[in-house]
Amino acid sequence: MSSQPMPDVAIRRAGAPHTSMFLRMLLRAAVLRRGRAASALLAMVVAAAATTAMLNLFVDVQAKLRKEFRNYGANVVVVAKDGQALPSDALDKVQSTLAGHGMAVPFAYVVARTPEGQSVVVSGTDLEQVRRLDSWWSVTFWPRATQDALVGVRAAAVVSPRGQPFDLSFHGRAIHLNPTGTLRTGAAEDSRVYLSLQDFENWTGVGPSTIEIAASGSPDEVNALIQKLAQSIPAVEVRPVRQIMEGEARVLGKTRATLLAAAVLIILTAALCVLSTLIGWVFDRRRDFAIMKALGASEKLIGGFFAAEAAVLGVVGAVIGFAIGVGVAAWIGRANFNAPVAPRFSVLPAVLVGSVAVALISAVLPIFLLRRVEPAMILRGE
Amino acid sequence: MFARLVYESFRRQKRRKLLAGVAITLGVGVATAMIAVATDIGDKISRELRTYGANLVVTPQEDTLDLQIGGVDLKPPSDGAYLNEADLPKIRGTFWHHNIVGFSPMLPLNVSADTGSGQKSVTLLGTYFSKQLSFGKENFVTGVRITHPWWKVQGAWPDDNSQDVLLGQSLAARVDRKPGDRIKVGGQPHRVAGVLSTGGAEDDQIVAPLALAQQILGKPGAVRRLYVSALTKPEDALARRDPKTMNAELFDRWYCSPYVTSIAYQLQEAIPHSHAEQIRQVAQNEGTVLSRIKGLMLLITLAALLASALAVSAAMATAIFERRTEVGLMKALGGGDVSVAALFFAEAALLALMGGVLGFAGGALLARAIGRSIFDSQITIEPVLFPVILAIAVIVTFAGSALAIRRAVKFDPVYALRGEA
Repeated sequence: MSSQPMPDVAIRRAGAPHTSMFLRMLLRAAVLRRGRAASALLAMVVAAAATTAMLNLFVDVQAKLRKEFRNYGANVVVVAKDGQALPSDALDKVQSTLAGHGMAVPFAYVVARTPEGQSVVVSGTDLEQVRRLDSWWSVTFWPRATQDALVGVRAAAVVSPRGQPFDLSFHGRAIHLNPTGTLRTGAAEDSRVYLSLQDFENWTGVGPSTIEIAASGSPDEVNALIQKLAQSIPAVEVRPVRQIMEGEARVLGKTRATLLAAAVLIILTAALCVLSTLIGWVFDRRRDFAIMKALGASEKLIGGFFAAEAAVLGVVGAVIGFAIGVGVAAWIGRANFNAPVAPRFSVLPAVLVGSVAVALISAVLPIFLLRRVEPAMILRGE
Repeated sequence: MFARLVYESFRRQKRRKLLAGVAITLGVGVATAMIAVATDIGDKISRELRTYGANLVVTPQEDTLDLQIGGVDLKPPSDGAYLNEADLPKIRGTFWHHNIVGFSPMLPLNVSADTGSGQKSVTLLGTYFSKQLSFGKENFVTGVRITHPWWKVQGAWPDDNSQDVLLGQSLAARVDRKPGDRIKVGGQPHRVAGVLSTGGAEDDQIVAPLALAQQILGKPGAVRRLYVSALTKPEDALARRDPKTMNAELFDRWYCSPYVTSIAYQLQEAIPHSHAEQIRQVAQNEGTVLSRIKGLMLLITLAALLASALAVSAAMATAIFERRTEVGLMKALGGGDVSVAALFFAEAALLALMGGVLGFAGGALLARAIGRSIFDSQITIEPVLFPVILAIAVIVTFAGSALAIRRAVKFDPVYALRGEA
C-alpha cells in the first residue's frame, strides 16, 4: 500500500514536523519499553566496558611490567677496554646521554689485603644509587658516614668476624673502616667490601672501571642507547647484559600474547552477546514494525528508524561503557601494580565505532529478514 | 505435562532458545578458558623466568673468599675448597627434584693460551654443556644449555666427553680463530667447536667440558661452584621465617613447599660440605614479577567472569521479556505464579546446563590452543573445574532470569493478552 508514495507526501516527510515525529518515536520507544531498552543497554555497556578495559590494559601493561623488570638491575654495562680506568668524564657523558631515562652507577674495584695477608675485593661506588639500582641487595644497614663500609657476609667472616672495625691495605696505603652493615646477595658481592666512591678514591687513587646502567624503554630504545653511548665515548666498551634483556623480552612477550588472547576472547564474546541480545529485542518488536508499515511507512523509513535507535543505543552504551572500563582498568592497575592505568582517550573512537557497528548489524539484520513478511501476518500474531 | 511444556517450548522457539543458548555457551567458554589460563599461568611464566638463569648457587662450605671482578676470577686455583662432581647427581634425589630444571657445575682456572703473538694468560671455564647423567634408574640431561639459555654459540656446542672448547667472542676476535680452527691451551692443541657470545665475562674466556678443565688442573672431580635453576614459589610470610625457629609441623610445611630457601636447604643436605645460597638478583625479582603477572591475569579473569555473567543475564532477560503473552495465556488458563515461574526456571536450568557443557568443552579447547601457541606446552584443566563451571553457569542464568521472571509473572494477564506488554 505504501509502495508508491505520493510526491507531496514525500515532500511533507522531508519537512520539520517529520523530524520531530522521528525523534518522538525514538524517545517514546525507549520510555515505553524501559525494561527492554535497559537490558539491551546493559549488554551494550558491559561489552563496551570490557573492551575499553582490555584495550587500556593491553596498551599500558607493557610499561608497567617494564618497570618491574628494571628491578633486575642493570641491562647495560660500560667497561674500560682492557682493564684500564674509565675516562674521567665517562659518567657525565653517560648521564647526559641517558637524559633521565634510567640510572647509571659507577663502580671501582681493587684487590686489597687484610693485616693477615688475606686478599679481598674492595669496591667503591655511589651507595645511595646502588640501593635503588640493585633493589635485591639484602642489607642490614646502609653506611652513611665516611669510612663506613658495607661488608658482604662472606667477606665479613674474614675481615671482621665480630663486627669490629678493621684495616685494609692497598699498595702500602692503609685505611681504617667501620663495618656498619652486612650485605647478602648470593653472588660475588658477598665476598666484597663496599665503600663510598670518595673514600675509595682518596684511599687507592683508582677511578671507576665499570658503569652499570639500568636503561628504561623497549629493546629498540636500549639498543639505540648502546649505539649512542659507544659513539660518544669511544675509549670504552658498551655492552648489553644479555641475561637481563633476553629474559625480559621473553617474559614480556609471552605475557602480552596471553593478554592479547584474553582481550580478543573477551571482546568477541561481549560483541556476540550484544548481537544476540539486540537481535532478540528487535525481533520482538516486529509488531511495531508491522504497524508502521500498515500505516504507510516506507521500508527505508522503518530501516532508518531502527538503525537510528540502534545507533543511539550504541553511542550511549559506548560512552557509559568507556567510563566504566577506564575505571576497571584503573582499579586493576592500582590493585596489581600500585599505579593506576592512565585513561587512554585514543581508545574511545574504536569503542564507539565498534559499538555502533555491532548495534547497527543487530538492528538491520532482523529488519532485513522481516522485510518480505506481510504486516497483516505479523499483526495477526503468526 | 510440565515436561511437555518445557519440551514444546524448546521445540517451537528454536531461535529464541538458540540466542540465549549462544550467549550462555560463549560466556561459559570464555570463563573456562580464562580460569584455566589464569590458574596455569604462574607455572608457565615461572618456566619462562628461568631464562634469567640459575637462582641458586652451591659453594663449598669451607671456601675462601671469592676474588671476582667483573666476572673474572682472580682466585688462584690452588686456593679454597672444591665440591665433588660425584655428588652432583644426588640433586635428583631431593624432595623437590621435579622443580629443578637443571644445574651446571663451574670450574674456572687460569691457563696460558697461544694467541699467535705469544702466550697469554686467559681464564678457562670448565662446565657441562648438555651432559648425560644418571641417578638411580633415572637418566637426565643438564648443563649450561638449560641453565644459561642466553648463551649463544656460533658453530657447534662441544661434546661433554670431547677435548673441544668454545672461545668467547671477544677472545676469538683477538686471537683470530673461527669454529673448526685449533688453539693451543697449556701446550695441548684443542679444536674450537664454536664461538660463544654471552654478553658477560665469558666473552673473554675459553669454555671447555668440565672433564677437560679438571684434567688441566690435575684435580679429577673438582667443582668450584654449582649453579642450580629451580622453579620456585614466590616468597611469603612462612618463607621469610628462619627454619631454625620453626616447630616440627611448621618446618614440615616449609620443607615441603618449593620456596627458594627450602630448596637451598635440601641442596645442602644432598651435597656434602656444601653451602647453598639463593642468587637474590634472580630469585627475589622472580617472585615479584610472577606475582604481578599472576595478579594481572586473576583480575582480568574476574572482570571477564563478571562481563560474561552480565551478558548472560541480559540475554536471559531479553528471552523472557519476549514471552509475556505466553505467561498471560498460562495465567488466564489458571496457572499459578509458582508453576509459571517454575517452568521458566526449569527452562533456564536446561539452557544453562547445555550451554555449560558446550561452553566448557569449547573453553577447554581454547585454553589448549592458547597454551600451545603461546607457551608451546599444554595448559592443564583441572577436572574439578567442570562441576564448578556448571554450577556457576546455572547460578548466573538463574540470577539473570530471576528479575525478568518476577516481572513477567506479576504482569496482568489481561494486558499481556491484549498485546499491551
